[in-house]
Amino acid sequence: MSRPEHKAPPEIFYNDDEARKYTSNSRIQSIQAEMALRALELLNLPENETCFLLDIGCGSGLSGEILDEENHIWVGLDISPSMLQVALDREVEGDLFLQDVGQGIGFRPGTFDGAISISALQWLCNADQQSHNPKSRLNRFFSTLYASLRRGARAIFQFYPENDDQCELIMSVAMRCGFEGGLVVDYPNSKKAKKYYLCLFAGQIPGRQKQQIPQALGEDESEPTGVVYSNQRINERQKVKGKQRRSVKDKDWVLRKKEVARMRGNKEVPLDSKYTGRKRKPKF
Amino acid sequence: MRLITHNMLQCHAKNCNSNNFPLQLSQVEIVNQETEFNPMFLRNMLPKLEWNALVKTALQINVTLPTVLPESTTDDLDEEFLKTLHGILLETHILQGAMTCPNCNRVYPIKDGIPNMLLNETEA
Repeated sequence: MSRPEHKAPPEIFYNDDEARKYTSNSRIQSIQAEMALRALELLNLPENETCFLLDIGCGSGLSGEILDEENHIWVGLDISPSMLQVALDREVEGDLFLQDVGQGIGFRPGTFDGAISISALQWLCNADQQSHNPKSRLNRFFSTLYASLRRGARAIFQFYPENDDQCELIMSVAMRCGFEGGLVVDYPNSKKAKKYYLCLFAGQIPGRQKQQIPQALGEDESEPTGVVYSNQRINERQKVKGKQRRSVKDKDWVLRKKEVARMRGNKEVPLDSKYTGRKRKPKF
Repeated sequence: MRLITHNMLQCHAKNCNSNNFPLQLSQVEIVNQETEFNPMFLRNMLPKLEWNALVKTALQINVTLPTVLPESTTDDLDEEFLKTLHGILLETHILQGAMTCPNCNRVYPIKDGIPNMLLNETEA
């Protein structure tokens, strides 16, 4: 799988072309919306209450729209001007900031009732400039985030870890900054629907039960609902099992092509015979 | 950017840890956008607000607020007062302008309602 973090820094990778995909591609939209809904569910906010939330790496505001629908007031941070421009065009309700979260976030202590982040955290593990050190950037980010969250608030990060080391690095830095919590892996047995959610608790609510790491979905091998993760064409070709896979350009295909050529009046269409569409034997 | 967010914002440059709030607004262009009135949210947010800073900011856009937050922060808060607050906090958007940190004098420009909070290498 190609990883966009390896291609270019986020502010360059998410240019106008890439940003446009987030408004024109309905598949990207539905996957993002699904992950945002799941993140919101994991946030475990009080019901029917409007909360003040932070969206880290808000991009074009797809996840923000989910927050709007649930009637929350939100603030979005992103490093890509092109993505923020798309968010402006979509007229999202939240306040947008052009910000590199690796440099820390500047909000007063206890501001937010929760934070979500969809597919952004892995970008912080890259060193795109000589001065960048992933560990210290993560440290600065998590420590300022911890400060800006209300005690007992949650931060949910959906992300695509590159390997176990990266996961471990992120978790260890977050824990050192005071967060509690852990990793929730939805659909761990599915190759494509598998999703990582880092659930962090900024302390515990005084006088309440200790917060537990939420239950993951699909651990019992159930199928994901919603967006279908399948490769239709591959499946169809693999259906013809037992006998050998038919080639795409078989005899029927050749006859059809010749028929079309004759109808168009093309000259010199060879006659059909029992040899039509057969493979030539190798010559000595 | 809404004023409620401005009230939460402080300078995040490295080594700028004290007296970095509120960011001073200058040359602002303001626009009003109506949104749904939500008294419950406002009541929840009241304890989080830095009242003195909000009064100062409101003065800059020619709205006078009481200098002391009314005592009764619970249910019997005046509806009128909450509506004024709603107008200032959630319906007033800063479209253009600049914010200056009172401590390190770092200037953050605001363009199309989006503050540019990017720091350069030496500040980060």
